[in-house]
Parts: sequence; structure tokens; C-alpha cells
Amino acid sequence: MTLLDDPVTPVPTGDAAVDNVLYADHITIKFGGLVAVNDVSFAIPPRSIISLIGPNGAGKTTFFNVITGLYEPTEGTVFLQGKDITGAKPHARAAMGLARTFQNIRLFGLMTAEENVLVAMHPHLRAGIISTILRTPAQRKEEREARDIARSLLEYVGIGKAEGELARNLSYGDQRRLEIARAMALQPKVLLLDEPTAGMNPQESGRFNEFVHRVRDEVGLSVLLIEHDMSVIMKISERITVLDGGNLIAEGTPDEIRSNERVIEAYLGKTGTREGRRKA
Amino acid sequence: MTTSKTAPQVSSHLPSARRTLSRHGWPIGYVVFILGLFLLYHSLVPNLGAGFAGSITSWLPVSVVNESLMWVIMALGLNVVVGYAGLLDLGYVAFWALGGYTAGWLMAAPFNWTWDVNVMSAVATKGTHLNFWFVIIIAGGLCALLGVIIGAPTLRLRGDYLALVTLGFGEMITQFFKNSNDIAGFNLAGGDGGISIVDPVGTGPFTSLGVPQKLLNNTEDNVYKIIVLGLLVGVCLFISLRIREGRLGRAWLAIREDELAASMMGVPLVKAKLSAYAVGAFFGGIGGVANASAITGAVSPSGFDFGKSVLVLLMVVLGGMGNVWGVAVGAFLLSWLNSNGLAQIGTQLDSWFNTGLQEELPRYNYIILGVLLVLMMLFRREGLIPEKRTKALMTQPSRTEMESVGADITEAEAVEETYEASTSGEDAKIAASAADISPSLAELEGQMVVADDAPVSSLRTGYPQVDQRALPPDLNGRNSASNVLGGFGLILVLVAVLKFSLIGYFSYEVPGFVVVLVIGLLFIAAAVLLRIRTRRIIKAATAPSKTTPSQDEEMAR
Repeated sequence: MTLLDDPVTPVPTGDAAVDNVLYADHITIKFGGLVAVNDVSFAIPPRSIISLIGPNGAGKTTFFNVITGLYEPTEGTVFLQGKDITGAKPHARAAMGLARTFQNIRLFGLMTAEENVLVAMHPHLRAGIISTILRTPAQRKEEREARDIARSLLEYVGIGKAEGELARNLSYGDQRRLEIARAMALQPKVLLLDEPTAGMNPQESGRFNEFVHRVRDEVGLSVLLIEHDMSVIMKISERITVLDGGNLIAEGTPDEIRSNERVIEAYLGKTGTREGRRKA
Repeated sequence: MTTSKTAPQVSSHLPSARRTLSRHGWPIGYVVFILGLFLLYHSLVPNLGAGFAGSITSWLPVSVVNESLMWVIMALGLNVVVGYAGLLDLGYVAFWALGGYTAGWLMAAPFNWTWDVNVMSAVATKGTHLNFWFVIIIAGGLCALLGVIIGAPTLRLRGDYLALVTLGFGEMITQFFKNSNDIAGFNLAGGDGGISIVDPVGTGPFTSLGVPQKLLNNTEDNVYKIIVLGLLVGVCLFISLRIREGRLGRAWLAIREDELAASMMGVPLVKAKLSAYAVGAFFGGIGGVANASAITGAVSPSGFDFGKSVLVLLMVVLGGMGNVWGVAVGAFLLSWLNSNGLAQIGTQLDSWFNTGLQEELPRYNYIILGVLLVLMMLFRREGLIPEKRTKALMTQPSRTEMESVGADITEAEAVEETYEASTSGEDAKIAASAADISPSLAELEGQMVVADDAPVSSLRTGYPQVDQRALPPDLNGRNSASNVLGGFGLILVLVAVLKFSLIGYFSYEVPGFVVVLVIGLLFIAAAVLLRIRTRRIIKAATAPSKTTPSQDEEMAR
């Protein structure tokens, strides 16, 4: 268990489910008669930074919840590294390498920063009830190593000093960092960030932009962002997927999206970036 | 100014040296405590003068010590479920019952379907007689199994629903044992009569030291039970303390904090909750056997009522959810009050004021415990000895909460940011202007709220500068609570003053208006006290504080 695994670059096989870290194949979600997401296919290639955008009610969050396992899709399949995870529970997906942060921070407030990170290492630790009570050498070694990793993760996101502080006492920015450290403790293949720059000023979100790229390059994971702030989206992402009314209306590089007429009409044209941001 | 610290810091660097010491030092302290208790009753009390020894044995008889120790086991078990994992369980008595009946089946006078077996038991008559310690382990295991069976379908529910379903299961188990004398013609557990006599604890090799072979229910033998029950409590304490530290304990805490986030971080919810349930049930089983064998010497369904579940929950809440020591103290205290304390307090009051309360007080135990709970919730919601984390939750708003209520940026932080950003020219300017603006802005806002001559620096958040930590977030709640308390107290006093003119209305006699009067007055006193406290807090908050260090600094400028 090292913090920075050297990723192996796979040879493309031509099968979307295998070539991409995460592949959502023709997802449809209906709530009663309401179609929230309509036949959307979506891929996250290895070591990429992808954004999912769309006006309010476009089905972003619903789609996100299908990926994380909160909803089961009415139709379609989700693959994580070639494995079908459509029916898997959220915790199983997390253990398989799907980590996320939350739009409105959901840390374990009464646990220390270090403990927060350690919780996310749950799937990677083995100690059971008996060995914990007896505090066997194996359990102690495991705990020690886990703590070391947790500390190094906190250092990595820049809050190493706060390891013993209760999460609820951290400042807003540090809480966001802690959420990312916690997500990274799962040793994810895909990191899902739900509006990570909400509440940040331009300077901070600029710094965040650098940070995401650094994580991607050094840890070798893929990042999926949901974001409302267009300036952040355009700077940070390599490819952008646009949803509107549950349909996928465009997919491409930031430049392509910027000049895509359907996007302008559906997203920028109607609501405009400012309004979109405010509603978030 | 730049050095002033504004962020609310809890002194919560948890892994401190002191904590490590208490983590490793407690077994010694605990052993000393139990041995001291044992020696007190074994050697000291019989040799003391009659007066002093009498007051010890009447205030805290050995049997009550034993019973309290048994309740500590139960409370520790429920603490794992409620305190650690945050699952409200209102049917905990089910495990107590099953533990008791396991003792009834495996170590009792001949029961109709059990076999003639004797495994290292002190009792040699016909019937199944297993050694007490074997039964403890078997009952613990059985209860853990029952916990998993009950938990598997119910633990998928959340919060209130879980509480209701566990309540149902608790009642079901009791009803099951009530009707267990005829299960398709088969007498499983003796129905209403239950199973008696359950074997007393055997002492095995210790008989050579002059310990009686069987610990029967008399004062002399009860003294030795302190060691037996103390050992069981010690084991439960040990398990409770250690299990909290590891992978599983963290998972429980995370579930208690935020279930959804925990599952998203790879914690298998059902499995983790089931293990909390199983551990809690294990303790419940131990408590059941200890109760049946060492305390009552029999099991019958009448003892396993809903009130017991509530009592155990009360012990956990009063003691301090999540804190093992608090829970143990809470259990000991409540159990004492319930079994002996109230009567003894009554006797004492009788001897002073000639009131006749000895009979009355125990009759009102649930009222008194209820009042105690109300008072605790008002003045010390976190429990007698709270868990460090919970205390932080209940006494201080979280930092983000505070920052969203007050200004986003306090003056000192703005200055700090200026300093931080001064490396890059443009940002520094912006930050500096922010620092300039914020006091004047705050001044504007502040004048709307407080008296005009308040020092500027105390107005930086638009609210007067108070230590927000000292300000409870629910002042309104406190006022209405005090109203309710006072109103209820007034009613009680009225009822008492009218001397129960309604007595004829009830079919039973309602005695002792003194008790009602006193309780009513207590309520009113509590209400007044609460009012005064709230007043004081508000006063402290609104009055411009004259001695704040920031003002001194202001003057120095």
C-alpha cells in the first residue's frame, strides 16, 4: 500500500468498458413516469480530467448518483475497470476504487482529521473484532502503517498540522482539503468531485485547479467534476460532457464546448454563466 | 493584533500523553477499586463499630453493589450500540432475557427437557449444570447470534424506525418467554413462572482459601460476588475501550456521524451495524447470566419488561453516551437509586423531618428519574462524564456554522491574509483593502445592534464581541423550557396544596402530598434558575465588555 502507485498504461482493446476506467453504458433513469436521464453513455479514460455540466435539472446529480451507487439505473450498465458494478452497493464501489467528495462538505465532524482519513481506509484494512480487542501484533502493525499513510495524505493536501484537530473545527478550505485526502485514502481509480470549488474565491479555485492536475499526474487517477463555475470548468477539464433535460447534448474539449451551438443555446444562452453560478 | 487568536480551538489534540497514560493505566486503577470494594465489605465492615458499619450497609449493601455491577455490564453493552454506533435500541432487554434463560437451561434445577449433564459445576444434583463461566460464554454467543438475526432485517432502517422495530422485538421476546410453557405442547421455558432455581456461581479452586463452594444469596457470600461481577465488568470495560480504537470503532463513529458519507467511504453499513449489535448483545447475554445466577437466582418473564430497556438507556444517556467511564458511573448511580438509594434517602429524611418518605420515594422512582433526566438535559446534556467529542458538539457551534452566522472573515483573519498574500502584489492590495473595510463595515452594523460607545474592535462581526462559545445556540429553547418547567411545577404545587381533593376520583389512594409539593417546587426552582442563567448569558452577550484585551490594545494605540 503506497500512496503513489505507478499506474500501468493499458493497451487499448477497442472495448469501451475495458479501455476506460469508468464506463456508463446507455444509462436511463426513470422516476415513475419522469425520465431524469435518457440513454446517456459516458466514459472516463485513464488519467483524465472530465467534467459533467448542465443547467439545473439536467440530470447531472442523478447521473452522478448512479455512478456512486445511490440509485440503480432503470436501464444500462456501469463498468469500473471492465467490471460490471451496476448492482454493487456504494461501499463496495468505494472499495473498488470509486471515491467522491460532497457538494456540501460531509466530513465526520466529531472525528479528527486523521480519523476521517482512516475511516476511508476501512476497505483496505483487515483487522476484525477479535484481533482489535486482543491488539495482536498484526493489527498493531496495520494500524501504525495506516496512520502513517493517513498522515502523509494530510501532508499531501497541505493540512498535515491539523491531524489531531476535530474536522468540525477546521476552516472551510481545510475541510475541502480533508475531504479530498479522505477520498484519496480509498486509493481510488476515479475521483468524483461534486462542486469542489463552491465557496472558493478565484484565487483559491485557481490553486485548486493546479492541485487537481497535480493529483492526476502524481497519483495517476482520473477525475470527474461536477461544477457550475464555468471559468473553473473551462480551465480545469480536458473533456466536458454536457447534459440537458436528461439528454447528452455535447461532448468534447473545452474549446469545442465553448463554440458548440446546442450548448450555448441550452446552457449558456438561456441561463448564462452568472445565473447558473448563483443558483448553485 | 496579528497575534490574537480568533478561531475557536478545542483543546482536542486527542493523542496526548495524558490520554495514553489513562489508556494504559486504567486496569490497575480498576483492579484496585474492585479489590478495595471487596476488602471493604469482607474485612473492614465486619470489624468497624456498629454505627459506621451500619450506615455503610444501609446506604450501600453488598447486594446493591452486586446488582449495580450487573447493570454496569448491561449499560456498557447498550453503550456500544447507542453510544458508539448511534443506533437507538429500545429493546435491549431481549438480550438480557435470552441470557437469563440460557442460564436457566444450562445451569438450573432440573427442567423438563434439559438433560442430566454436569460440567465443572458446584451443584451436583440431577439436571443440567454447566460451569458459570461456560454459560457466560455460551449465552454471550447465543445473544450475539440473536442480535444478528434481529439486526439483519431491522438495521436497514434508519433512526426512529429502527427504534420502533427494536422496541417491538424487545416486547416480542418477553411475550415469547411468557407463553413458552406451551409451544405446540412443549414446555420450553416455563411460561409465567420461568425457571428457578438457577445455580449460584461456583468458586472451584478458591474453596481451599476458605471461600464458600457456592455463592448463595446471603451477605457473606455476596461479598465474594463483588469479585466475580467485578471481573465480568472488567472484561466488558476492556472490550469496550479497545474495540473503540480500531478499524471497527472508527467505522461505528463514522456511521454515527454521517451514515451516507460513511458508506461512500467504503464502510459496509449493514455489516458494521450488525457487529455493533452483536457486541452489544454479547454484553447483554453476560448481564443476563450474571443476573439470573448471581443476583436473582431465577428467571421469569416479569423481570424483562420495557421499563428495563428504558432504564438501561437512561443509564447510558445520563452517564454520557459513548464514554465508557461515564456510562459505568451512570449505571452504578441509577441502579443504586432504583434499588436502594431512594428508599434510603427517604429513611434519612424521615429521621430528620419525620416525613414518612421511606415508602413513598421508591414508589415515585420513575417520576424522580424522569425529573433527573429533564434536569440533565437542561444543564448537562452531554451526560455526567461526557465523551470528549460529544461535549464539543453540544457546547460549541462548529466553525463553519459560526462563520456562516457571523461575518465570513474576522478582522484578525483578514490581517493574516494580508500577510499571507503580501508576496504577490495585487492580491495583497485587495486583501489589505478588505482588512480596511471590515472594521468600518462592522462598525456600521454594530451600531445598529449595540450601545453607541462600544469599542470598535468589539463590533467586528456585527454582533457584540462575546465569546461565542459561551453563548448557547438555543436561547429561545431555554426560555420555553423554563416556561414549561415552571408551568408544570405550578400545576404540581397546586395539586399538592389542594391536598388531593381528587383522591376520591382515583380508585387508589394517592399519598404523600409532600412529595408532589417538593417535586413541584423543584420544577419551579429549576425554571427560575434556568431563567436567571439565560438572563445572565444574554446580559453578558449584549453588554459591551469593558475588559476585553482587544479594547486594551485599542487604548494602547
